[in-house]
Amino acid sequence: MLKNLHLKKQAQLILGLFMGIIFGFLLQKGGAGKYDIILGQLLLKDFTVIKIMLSAVVTGMIGIYILKGFGLVQLHPKPGSIGMTVVGGLIFGVGFAVLGYCPGTISAAIGQGNLDALFGGLIGILVGSGIFAHLYPSLQGILKKGEFGDITIPEYFKVNPWMVILPLCLIIILFFYWIESMGL
Amino acid sequence: MDILTLKLWSPYWVGAGIGILSWFSFLLSDKPIGCSTAFARSSGMVEQALTGKSVKNQLYYQQFPAEIDWEWMFVLGIIIGSFCSANLSGEFQLRWLPSIWIARFGLQVFPRILTAFLGGILMGIGARWANGCTSGHGISGTLQLAVSSWIAVIFFFASGILAAYLIY
Repeated sequence: MLKNLHLKKQAQLILGLFMGIIFGFLLQKGGAGKYDIILGQLLLKDFTVIKIMLSAVVTGMIGIYILKGFGLVQLHPKPGSIGMTVVGGLIFGVGFAVLGYCPGTISAAIGQGNLDALFGGLIGILVGSGIFAHLYPSLQGILKKGEFGDITIPEYFKVNPWMVILPLCLIIILFFYWIESMGL
Repeated sequence: MDILTLKLWSPYWVGAGIGILSWFSFLLSDKPIGCSTAFARSSGMVEQALTGKSVKNQLYYQQFPAEIDWEWMFVLGIIIGSFCSANLSGEFQLRWLPSIWIARFGLQVFPRILTAFLGGILMGIGARWANGCTSGHGISGTLQLAVSSWIAVIFFFASGILAAYLIY
């Protein structure tokens, strides 16, 4: 692994900025910074968002697990629990539909000139994050309820990762064919 | 470079590009792509600026310090990258209202700003509660096959779809 590069703080900040620029460019070109496209996805009328996410998953997953096989990268799966992941996910989903952007796409929306994102959503996310930070000490009980740790699906089933990756890629590609055949 | 001035790229190519970008974020920075923690750090920085008091004694900011890091720069980059892309295709335009909002709720700006603000609050709480957003869980976590991320993304969309149908 490129440990020396990982430890260079200044270089990492520049790399973060550079990769963010590429991500923002791609999100904008994909139309993912648009409220209409995101609400269209949640109303199941436009599958742009899911197409972008799942093709990123297929491409990313194959590459990351190959790189991991060569010892070039390490995984960073997030820990989770029922109280954290399910409850947080439900709150997030409502916010997703009401706001019409998520933290990544709102940044793309701001970059392309959406003022509702800048003056409404961005300030809201900052306030919401602050509220959570203040509630954090008193939420420890619920956040730890039903913990399952930072495991991955292959670890959970104790199988070789490719036993999950290959069938999953196949399912995703079949899903793409299906939504395209439905004209979505 | 005609391709850079196109208004829209195929979502499959955009997704593949993001997947390839994630190889480099792991390889060069040992980091999964993510966005929402940067908002939490910014919130701490804003609180410090407004109250004049350090947030260092708060449990949350001990775990996620209110400072500029890789992910913060990444989010700043998204705004710049999107601005460049929109400018190249002539899509950059200052607008207050999305078109399907106008069709459903009309041309008044204030209701949309208030709704976006309230939705933003829920999203801010939800993203920190679930410890990730549509990028950190939805893309980076799922592509690592993390159990937490697949559960999170299912609930993001299940709840989002239900709420969207209630609104529209």
